[in-house]
Amino acid sequence: MARTSEPFWWFLFIGGATIAALFVPVHIVITGAASWLGQAFEYERVLNLASHPLGKLYLFVLISLPLLHWAHRFRFTVVDLGLKANKRVVAVACYGSAMIGSILAAIVLVGL
Amino acid sequence: MRVATPRISLEIQRYRPEQEQEPILQAYEVEYHEDWVVLDAINHIKDHMDGSLSYRWSCRMGVCGSCGMMINGEPKLSCATFLRDYYPASIRVEPLANFPIERDLVIVLDDFMEKLTKVKPWILRDQEKPLSEGEYRQTPAELARYNQFTLCINCMLCYSACPVYALDPHFIGPAAIALAHRYNLDSRDQGGKWRQQVLSSEEGIWACTYVGTCSVVCPAHVDPAGAIQQAKLTTTLDWFRDVLLPWSGR
Repeated sequence: MARTSEPFWWFLFIGGATIAALFVPVHIVITGAASWLGQAFEYERVLNLASHPLGKLYLFVLISLPLLHWAHRFRFTVVDLGLKANKRVVAVACYGSAMIGSILAAIVLVGL
Repeated sequence: MRVATPRISLEIQRYRPEQEQEPILQAYEVEYHEDWVVLDAINHIKDHMDGSLSYRWSCRMGVCGSCGMMINGEPKLSCATFLRDYYPASIRVEPLANFPIERDLVIVLDDFMEKLTKVKPWILRDQEKPLSEGEYRQTPAELARYNQFTLCINCMLCYSACPVYALDPHFIGPAAIALAHRYNLDSRDQGGKWRQQVLSSEEGIWACTYVGTCSVVCPAHVDPAGAIQQAKLTTTLDWFRDVLLPWSGR
């Protein structure tokens, strides 16, 4: 019996944690070092990479899962800080923001 | 010339409901011995200085789980905490945090006992085998799956250390979840479905935000935080199976 949706959000949370811990730092380093990497990271080449369907899917996962990870963590932080009475509102606001962010990312990616 | 025996000061929280509105700290100075633990000093006070001091203790060897106290603000077994780790500074001894105080260092543990019973920490069977069929056998590998979680001594240090329990007393809490998980992992047990109702409720595993202090203070190295994370993963996999394969009929 599915009693609560909590396992679903937690699954996205740990998925996002894995992406945020393993992949996001790699991207920060690559983006930071892009100007030294020269030709390989020229705008046109990166745009081509990002426009490929697999590139889009990868970027979507890279953006949306860490956002959902943030939402889960922020939700519990806010509740721990004292917003206990409005638990449901906090959950909707946090997951809602992450979903809006994911949808915006999807729109931008589809438009590439 | 006699050398004066070194002394150490203990500030012990007192609460005698007939005498004080609120708990107060009372200082005692005792002889310092390198091989004394805090419980030795408290027993010395009780026997020789102030017989009115109330506290729980029993085995003096870290097995019974009775003598948990806040020592300089940290939940510890007073029988396993040496004076020499604090000397020459004074030591502050208070009852376990997050529990109501009954008297002096004695806490009210009804809430914990009730939660412990709720998760049914014993072997549950759909149907007991008749005695004639013999015992429930188990391989060493099956024992190894849950063995670590059997080491809990119910000392409640994890509840004192848990910030989630401090904020929400309805939280089932580290020790009770670890014990429920211990029986869920036991190959002889079939009670997972009953325990799951308590474990997967909002006050169960999902309330835990994985701060991990329960595992840090645990004197028996049970790692309740690890048990909770394992239980979350199992519950999540079950949840997906129920949603995606509703006909699987667990």
